[in-house]
Amino acid sequence: MSVDLRTRYLGLELKHPIVASASPLTSSIDSLKRLEAAGVAAVVLPSLFEEQIEHEEMATHNLMLAGAELSPEAHGFFPEMQNYRTGPDQYLELIADAKKALSVPVIASLNGHTPGGWTTIARQLQDAGADAIELNVYFLAASVDDTSAEVEQRYVDLVQSVTRQVSLPVAVKVAPYFSAMANMAARLTKAGASGLVLFNRFLQPDIVLEDLEVSPHLVLSTSDELRLALRWIAILRGRVDASLGATGGAHTPEDVLKLLLAGADCVMLASSLLTKGPRHIGTMMRGVEDWMAEREYASVAQMKGSLSQQSCPDPDAFERANYMKTLQSYTSEFV
Amino acid sequence: MTERSYVLDGNEAAARIAHLTSEVIAIYPITPSSTMGELADEWSAKGRKNIWGMVPEVIEMQSEAGAAGAVHGSLQAGALTTTFTASQGLLLKLPNMFKIAGELTPAVFHIAARTLATHALSIFGDHSDVMAARTTGFALLASSSVQEAQDMAMIAHMSTLKARVPFLHFFDGFRTSHEVNKIDLLQEDEVRSLIDDDLVVAHRSRALNPDRPVIRGTAQNPDVFFQAREACNLYYEAAPGIVQQSMDRFAALTGRRYSLFWYSGAPDAERVLVQMGSGVGASREAVAKLVAAGEKVGLVTVRLYRPFDTQAFVKALPKTVRSIAVLDRTKEPGAIGEPLYQDVVTALVEAWPEGMPAPRVIGGRYGLSSKEYTPAMAKAALDELRAPQPKRHFTVGIVDDVTRLSLKWDPAFDTEAEGVTRAVFYGLGADGTVGATKNTVKIIGENTDLHAQGYFVYDSKKSGAITVSHLRFGPKPIESTYLIDRADFIACHQFEFMEKLDVLALARPGATFLLNSPYGPDEVWDKLPREAQETILARKLRFYVVDALAVAQQAGLAGRINTVTQACFFAISGILPREEAIAKIKDAIRKTYGKRGESVLTRNFAAVDASLAALREVVLPGRADSRLVRRPTVARAAPDFVQRVTAMMLDGKGDLLPVSAMPVDGTFPTGTTQWEKRSIAQEIPIWDETICTQCAICPLVCPHAAIRMNVFTAEEMKRAPAGFKAVPWARKDGGALDGMMYSLQVAPDDCTGCGICVDVCPTRSKTEVKHKAINMAPKLDHLDAERVNYDFYLSLPEVRPPMDSIDGLRGSQLRQPLFEYSGACSGCGETPYLKLLSQLYGDHLMVANATGCSSIYGGNLPSTPWSQNAAGQGPAWANSLFEDNAEFGLGMRLALDAQRDLAQMLVRALRVQIGDPLATELLDSPQDNDEQIRLQRERVKRLKAILPALPSPEAGRLLAVADSLVVRSVWIIGGDGWAYDIGYGGLDHVLASGRNVNILVLDTEVYSNTGGQASKSTQRGAVAKFAAAGKASGKKDLGMIAMAYGNVYVAQVAMGANPVQTVRTFQEAASWDGPSLIIAYSHCIAHGIDMTTGMSHQRDLVKSGYLTLYHHDPRLGMGGADQPLKLDSRKPTLQLEQIAMKEGRYAMLAQSDPARSKQLMKTAQHDANARWQLYEQLAGVHRVVSEDGRADAATGAAAAPAAPAAAGDNKPAATPAQEPTK
Repeated sequence: MSVDLRTRYLGLELKHPIVASASPLTSSIDSLKRLEAAGVAAVVLPSLFEEQIEHEEMATHNLMLAGAELSPEAHGFFPEMQNYRTGPDQYLELIADAKKALSVPVIASLNGHTPGGWTTIARQLQDAGADAIELNVYFLAASVDDTSAEVEQRYVDLVQSVTRQVSLPVAVKVAPYFSAMANMAARLTKAGASGLVLFNRFLQPDIVLEDLEVSPHLVLSTSDELRLALRWIAILRGRVDASLGATGGAHTPEDVLKLLLAGADCVMLASSLLTKGPRHIGTMMRGVEDWMAEREYASVAQMKGSLSQQSCPDPDAFERANYMKTLQSYTSEFV
Repeated sequence: MTERSYVLDGNEAAARIAHLTSEVIAIYPITPSSTMGELADEWSAKGRKNIWGMVPEVIEMQSEAGAAGAVHGSLQAGALTTTFTASQGLLLKLPNMFKIAGELTPAVFHIAARTLATHALSIFGDHSDVMAARTTGFALLASSSVQEAQDMAMIAHMSTLKARVPFLHFFDGFRTSHEVNKIDLLQEDEVRSLIDDDLVVAHRSRALNPDRPVIRGTAQNPDVFFQAREACNLYYEAAPGIVQQSMDRFAALTGRRYSLFWYSGAPDAERVLVQMGSGVGASREAVAKLVAAGEKVGLVTVRLYRPFDTQAFVKALPKTVRSIAVLDRTKEPGAIGEPLYQDVVTALVEAWPEGMPAPRVIGGRYGLSSKEYTPAMAKAALDELRAPQPKRHFTVGIVDDVTRLSLKWDPAFDTEAEGVTRAVFYGLGADGTVGATKNTVKIIGENTDLHAQGYFVYDSKKSGAITVSHLRFGPKPIESTYLIDRADFIACHQFEFMEKLDVLALARPGATFLLNSPYGPDEVWDKLPREAQETILARKLRFYVVDALAVAQQAGLAGRINTVTQACFFAISGILPREEAIAKIKDAIRKTYGKRGESVLTRNFAAVDASLAALREVVLPGRADSRLVRRPTVARAAPDFVQRVTAMMLDGKGDLLPVSAMPVDGTFPTGTTQWEKRSIAQEIPIWDETICTQCAICPLVCPHAAIRMNVFTAEEMKRAPAGFKAVPWARKDGGALDGMMYSLQVAPDDCTGCGICVDVCPTRSKTEVKHKAINMAPKLDHLDAERVNYDFYLSLPEVRPPMDSIDGLRGSQLRQPLFEYSGACSGCGETPYLKLLSQLYGDHLMVANATGCSSIYGGNLPSTPWSQNAAGQGPAWANSLFEDNAEFGLGMRLALDAQRDLAQMLVRALRVQIGDPLATELLDSPQDNDEQIRLQRERVKRLKAILPALPSPEAGRLLAVADSLVVRSVWIIGGDGWAYDIGYGGLDHVLASGRNVNILVLDTEVYSNTGGQASKSTQRGAVAKFAAAGKASGKKDLGMIAMAYGNVYVAQVAMGANPVQTVRTFQEAASWDGPSLIIAYSHCIAHGIDMTTGMSHQRDLVKSGYLTLYHHDPRLGMGGADQPLKLDSRKPTLQLEQIAMKEGRYAMLAQSDPARSKQLMKTAQHDANARWQLYEQLAGVHRVVSEDGRADAATGAAAAPAAPAAAGDNKPAATPAQEPTK
């Protein structure tokens, strides 16, 4: 019996739920082609960081000015270039090239920095041919003066401003650190988000003992991290009118199945593809398909959300009781 | 204003025509012509085409001589070919120029005329270079303005094709090459229509071609050479007529009429000036004013100087002329007069109508090295013609109180037209003032009917350099080719200047003064020095302030105040309506910076908008009672020469110094930077003695010798000022220093605030990691205390422990630097090596210094960092040229050895009279360390005391050379442009000589001094000028080439990566009695790095394999005992690309052309891997260096060739890889 693996995410028809999340693998046409050849259903390009663009533009500018007119013998130290290709140019070319090279949907990802930047660049991503936009939002509210309400409002305003400017479906990739995650999800959806991607992972600072330096870097995810997304997808499925993408911690077919059961519309992979290569997509899909066939599921649509909080026999299990139970199961070993 | 109106400088005006009308362009950088080559290269890199639709091929050569050779070859093969140069570069082209002219080959060389080095180098403008080329057979065509730089360039390219005589088109360096002015731009189709295709075809038909072979460049014998040489005469006779035809044809198209000699002035003039070049701008103004006042005076502007058309010249003169003053911008010592003068005299003798009384002719020199030449000076020359006995030869523009040749001039004589707005801007080299004022000239010149002119004056420092921009705007073309001396608007962009400079000196009464001030309109008055207050009140200036730094900061343009001050200038000056001005500034910003990205525009726009709101007029309080007064330029303790001469130059009053103040032979005292006290740092390092480990790295890396360490007795401490910090010397190793006190001291007024010392400090506080053993702190909080401390520190004696009693690093840093407080860029990577050298060998050091950065910060007046110790000993330094430095240094060695040999011979001859053991000791004592050298100096002193009393004539001869019995360390120093390119032939020869010289290459991988052009040391993938698309070829391995000789000590060092190795290799090189080559990696502002981290970045470069540190010591190979090559860095652990991308020169290619960058980086990684592999293998090779390979300098015998490597030796050819030493 063949299983219908198709799923809809952000209004896009995907041939199955496995999507390549933003990673170095989605940053070049060569590796994007390899992902497609390996059967990926859609790709999310690496995030375009507005702050980085600004930084690069100013760095180029300052470079050209450095030492300029310092002495009568040197106007400056670098030749004027034909084109500095600062700004989003390279990224926009990547979108256009990816659209030409691939038949699967191409989702552009944006991390803005200024209100104007989010909207202007989002429009450029749309014009470059992206099929959807993922807003990779992260404000680190490190100021003791910023209240949670203000931070939350910033998210809402931002999503609203972008969704008003573009006609493409917009997904919002968020971190799990909201006091009221469910409420936030609802507000983001209301502000125009067509989908939520749960959850974002960021560079985390580390301390290098040898040099006594702080070094931010990204650690690849493990299956253990899956639980957080699993919980919130299960809770949000049916409660918000948005596609739900799961990201962070899906490494095995079992991980994918769990997320689909909880209610994910698609499952995004990065760490597992980086460690195992694009061909891992095939392994994952075969595992998912085999399991579904064995259990006689007809389609992903049928299975999707069947164990969400609303559909599961024990809704409390996704809330606090779940925590208590886990705790008990641990302590019992030593008591 | 028309659509043809553009504002550009003379270099661009000429280079544009050259690029449009050429197929091959051979270039080499030299100030002030470098811009022409850079533009040609940039245009071709961007695919800009010539008038035939082809992109000209632009090639950088290894020297101007190479460029001339390439031009010659290209011309012989039939391409339309051009080149650009100046000064020494033109001299290097002379041999080929004789050939090109001798072969009647059409070509144009564009020259930004510059002074030739004589008693000193000068980068500024005069005609000494082009005059040196006047015998080559080239036609010499002079431009006197930016407009003419374009027009004469065109006329030269037109004429040469027809005349077959090659042309040297020249205009004055800086005054024309760097002046921006509004010109009528020739359109491409016009250029196209002025070049005759049939002449191009004719040129090609004369080219070498195997299909119709001919031979050229034959050698001829006495039988025919002479006749053959005369065969070209008809062409030279025809050339002036052809040029005039070209000028007429040009006039028909453009309306701008030129002639070979252009007369302006009274039709019935009796007194006439003859002149060429930019000076005619000033002269023309003077003549116009005098004519208007009824005087019968005139001016002949010479355009075609060679071939000199005597008839045309005489025709140009009014028949009424009674006397002529010829003004030459050059000097020919010993000649009857300067060349133009002589030509005028000859022309009159030959062509003046017979029977008419010929005018009297006198000749004068003016404007050497861009010396100001003003209308008042032109008037002085004309006035002289009225004297009953005018000086037949004179100078104007200086005060010659020795030979009394100079004319007096009246500075009050003012010729500037009504309605001209004159504005002067004082800025800091790094603050963007020059860029912004250039932009202002462009905005006004290209967007309004006004004419506009900009000229820019720099000082000779590379850090904290002051720039002065002179801008004029007016309804008529502006030909005032001299600085503004009465300004309507003065802007001072750096508040600190108020205390250092008389920025208001040029303000006319009622002028406007804009000051960038951290103090608002209510506070600023009391912060001004009293002199400034008095001037403001006396001249009733309108006074505005703006806190440009704050506005720029707010807009995200940290430190870049140019946009703010530019907006304020427009707002106050009223040249354009405010709204319109703002819009135009924004347009200009978009045009200039648009390609760099949206945020650059947004931030600059924000700064413009915020500027006007921050601009405030100061209500003058009517009292000048400031307690601040301008500081004296140098301390009272300075020597007489510094007080009388150096201080005047430092004050910007060098123009006032008379001839008698100057040394006659270019000899100047050393140790003069110590009197400058520029105090340019905002922050200075402050020592935390409680955690310092006394590692000595910070004084080692300090580029300015502004942080120093010393040891002294506890007794000395009793004299110390209260705030002076000292701790016990921590290295208790039983040495001489046990029990002494140690101090690390900053020179607060000499520090440039680069922060390198703090970056390299390895010691961190246990409780607060960011706190190190030295930390940058605001200077003003510490200045007073540290001044007192530093004065005390300088009074401490130099202990100078023997170098073998202490590790090299600490030992070197306990020695007094005899290279201090240079004006090099803040954070310079070169100067720490020189300082180290001066610490190790300064008291017996001779330096031959190639032209380049090191000769500029080392030897550009007013001051020199090469200094002296308490005994008055110190480095003796000289610069010869760019191309010959290795040979120059070798010459020093030969002379020293010859004198030593003579001295030794005389000591032997006078042994009895001198007496033993002194004579024997003088001859045989080793001089391998400080103590031995000190003893030898003592002996020489005793010898010199004995000699005068001896009756023998030999005694007198010995006295003259006795000093040469003390060992001299000869170091040949220069950059990679010299060592890898222009001076390589000589360097190679000197390496092969076997002589005891040490060559130190300060390798910045780029021509730093002239603005970052690629050299053969530039690495693959780096963007540099002349390599705008990223250098495609790899770096030349100079060290490997030198090692091939076998008997050369070779080291590759990077102080930031391995300071211990650096110190050790300097010692080994010095002690090797043969040639040594140290290639010292030097980070540079041209790399696009954060200069503060320059040294730690070097460490990363080595870790990535970008650089391999090694030393090759022939001593180790002698007798085959060991491998001469030792690696001093470990196997690379980082990816090359990862580290390279921290440098702007690599990152900008990754940004602009990622595919090419990736490819080049891949190859560069391959280079690095291959290099490491090769060196690792070589480090395992036993190589036998013959004992004879050691130079026998004492007998002057040339070194025997090195024995071939291991071949034939019984030892294995290679041993397992040497473990690198750390």
